[in-house]
Amino acid sequence: MPTGSQDISGLIKREYAAGFVTDIEADAIPPGLSEEIVRVISAKKNEPQFMLDWRLRAYQHWLSMKEPNWANVHHPAIDYQDITYYSAPKSDKDRPKSLDEIDPKLLATYSKLGIPLEEQKVLAGIAVDAVFDSVSVATTFREALAEKGVIFCSFSEAVQQHPELVQRYLGSVVPYTDNFFATLNSAVFSDGSFVYIPKGVRCPMELSTYFRINASKTGQFERTLIVADEGSYVSYLEGCTAPMRDENQLHAAVVELIALAGAEIKYSTVQNWYPGDEQGRGGIYNFVTKRGACRGESAKISWTQVETGSAITWKYPSVLLEADNTVGEFYSVALTNNYQQADTGTKMIHIGKNTSSTIISKGISAGHGQNSYRGLVKVLKGAENARNYTQCDSLLMGGTCGAHTFPYVEVKNPTARVEHEATTSKISEDQLFYCRQRGLSAEDAVSMIVNGFCKAVFKELPMEFAVEAQKLLGISLEGAVG
Amino acid sequence: MNASLETKDIYLDAHAHGAKDLAGHQWPWVEQTRRRALAQFAEQGFPTTRDEEWRYTNVTPIQRNAFHPAPKDLAGLTLERLKPFVFPDLPCHRLVFVNGHFAPQLSKLCKLPAGAIVSSLAGAIDRGAAFLQHHLAQYAPTDRYGFAALNTAFLVDGACVYLPRDVILTDPVHVLFVSTRRNEPVLAQPRNLFVAEANSRMVLIESYISLDDTRYFTNAISEIVAAENAAVEHYKLGQESAEAYHIGGIYVHQHANSRFVSHNVTIDGALVRNDIDVLFEAEGSECILNGLYVASNRQHIDNHTRLDHARPRCSSREFYKGVLDGRARAVFNGRIIVRQDAQLTDARQENKNLLLSRDAEVDTKPQLEIYADDVKCSHGATVGQLDDDALYYLRSRGIDAATARHVLTYAFAKDVLNRMTLEPIRSYVENMLTMRLLQGQTIEKLA
Repeated sequence: MPTGSQDISGLIKREYAAGFVTDIEADAIPPGLSEEIVRVISAKKNEPQFMLDWRLRAYQHWLSMKEPNWANVHHPAIDYQDITYYSAPKSDKDRPKSLDEIDPKLLATYSKLGIPLEEQKVLAGIAVDAVFDSVSVATTFREALAEKGVIFCSFSEAVQQHPELVQRYLGSVVPYTDNFFATLNSAVFSDGSFVYIPKGVRCPMELSTYFRINASKTGQFERTLIVADEGSYVSYLEGCTAPMRDENQLHAAVVELIALAGAEIKYSTVQNWYPGDEQGRGGIYNFVTKRGACRGESAKISWTQVETGSAITWKYPSVLLEADNTVGEFYSVALTNNYQQADTGTKMIHIGKNTSSTIISKGISAGHGQNSYRGLVKVLKGAENARNYTQCDSLLMGGTCGAHTFPYVEVKNPTARVEHEATTSKISEDQLFYCRQRGLSAEDAVSMIVNGFCKAVFKELPMEFAVEAQKLLGISLEGAVG
Repeated sequence: MNASLETKDIYLDAHAHGAKDLAGHQWPWVEQTRRRALAQFAEQGFPTTRDEEWRYTNVTPIQRNAFHPAPKDLAGLTLERLKPFVFPDLPCHRLVFVNGHFAPQLSKLCKLPAGAIVSSLAGAIDRGAAFLQHHLAQYAPTDRYGFAALNTAFLVDGACVYLPRDVILTDPVHVLFVSTRRNEPVLAQPRNLFVAEANSRMVLIESYISLDDTRYFTNAISEIVAAENAAVEHYKLGQESAEAYHIGGIYVHQHANSRFVSHNVTIDGALVRNDIDVLFEAEGSECILNGLYVASNRQHIDNHTRLDHARPRCSSREFYKGVLDGRARAVFNGRIIVRQDAQLTDARQENKNLLLSRDAEVDTKPQLEIYADDVKCSHGATVGQLDDDALYYLRSRGIDAATARHVLTYAFAKDVLNRMTLEPIRSYVENMLTMRLLQGQTIEKLA
């Protein structure tokens, strides 16, 4: 498609639209990692003894671990002593009571991202727990949620106010010994979100957290814990953008979901961290551990993700189908452009009877992007009538990108039905021709086809996110086929 | 750990004592190849489940036994006893190997076209055949896992077929590897080399059989080269004894517009691992890999295939099916690599598994690695049980449950056999299957 390739390469090369650094004084401790640092973090957050003990156990265990190298990604070695493990905005000391008290620069940052808090409060009806460099600075709609008994607060608040819940569930899905990055997170995590939905409550609004990485050289170690008690429902939205910078940044978050009997958790992510420049320099390293456990009968956990950012994504949102009749779902769109690398997928572990899981994964590679799907479907011996359907499709644009699939299927029960399907192809010339013939420009045609390709995933996203996701894909991809 | 070190030492020791008796020690390049491989084996040892490629297959049972190369000895074997394993209706050249050694008395060589060679590898090495140096030990990678290096270090004997340009070998070559009972558990390391020069065509059948229920270890390697426009069809029938360990590697290099077809059937053996590696070295080639594995009791069957689309315009089709019963475990790993300039690649892969018992297990991993954009690739993997509707259909027509299950299982497996072109082999495998899946009854009797 030679016509318009000039404009297209212009579009592809478009600079990262959300790239800017807000100049706010940060309350950071010196870079490096030691037992002392772990104690300082814990002390700064005024944590109870059980938290400190847990962090220290994690740190000790981390010392005995080696960084994994099995993922299909390549990056220079990370110097863990060169990372600042804690940074909180200064304004945190006298916590703002309302939006007026919030640092106007912060609010401006959100406006630049197109997510003004006040507007969202009114228009979208979403409670936003905005995480600005590791510490929550604004929580809205708390009252409306409190009425229903829903707890939605920052992790540090939860540690202070609901230590019994934290102690009971923290690390019960992702133990501190789980993997290199999860263990590191357990030792040094700064903050995150905590959600508890009481029995039988349907959360009245979609809960949302916007993460931003800001202070230079600051590793972001988020910890999210969501507990849905029996018969409850919650939809949780997570979205990320980050300012442009030169240094590679490590992000090692941990998300734990617990769904008790009859509960349903829907977790949606739009991830648009800085992917690095055209040569692949300076992007974010996103090594995340996300896992949910269906603890009670008929529980359901659904992950939906749209991954367009980060230099390296290493992420496998998983579901442990522990109880009978539980359901796990995973819907994913992962896009890699320029020198981005993504190694992402899911794990569905069928333990209970009549469990079912669905995996829909769409990978799009352009430029020098490398996109891997790595998934595990494991049916244990006792998992009678387990059912899995997996579909992972890849779309390739340009001769220098790559799309890979590494599906692992392990079945130990004969009543299981497991299906895996994967296809890889480039955008069909016929489809492009059809669209062009009807007067669509090349980039509009590509955008339309890509959006169609991803539709099965987008329809799982909440309305607001679906719009944002389509926009993101548009920015990152339009006309990437030349 | 200690045990494996010791086993490794046994082989290193055996090499130190027996190396000078191996064929071709008068040729420096042969000696060099062996010595290099020996050093590699000494360094690598045996793979462990920590190696990604051996994640699901534990080879410690092989290391727990000390296997020894057997002396050249027919052990009273007669053609009569091999009768059940040959194809009566198929005119073919036959090479028989007993415990890894060529047995000319049991072999049968018919008239060959001019320039064609069908012989034992040891014979060809001794005669100093010119093509050997170009091809022998050029394709099996000895730097990946210990087994290929071990075979190369002991490179002794096996089948050797060479076709010059434009020669068509009308009759297939049947290579029969027989293992017999001996005082010490036997280590047989067949080494085969099949070279098809430009525009030539050959059909090969490799059978691995045993006459006694005994424990032994076969570590086989076949290297296959298909030059421009050449066509090679390869059958591998695995009928080792119920206690035998079999590690087999087939390494194929395809040149422009060549065609390679593989049928790989594994029915017996305690622990069987097949590696099939195909490299497309030039444009326009085609490769078809068909496979069937039927396992029961405590059998472990592992099939690893690797298709390397290094050049544009090649197509590959892969179709593997498995039936698992008892406490059997099967592993399938199908890796397709499409290199950056391999545009217009067309690769399709399918793996289907039938689990018949509570304790059977299957681990399947179809794997695509694609670095080019103008390609069509797909893979599919399923694990399941017999279709309830189909069972109901048969039951409602008066067929008892057990028979209905057998018939459906048989039909599931037969799908692979239908892809075989040589009728005598197809019916031979059909027989094997009816013995295994229908307890010896034929379909006609059931109906």
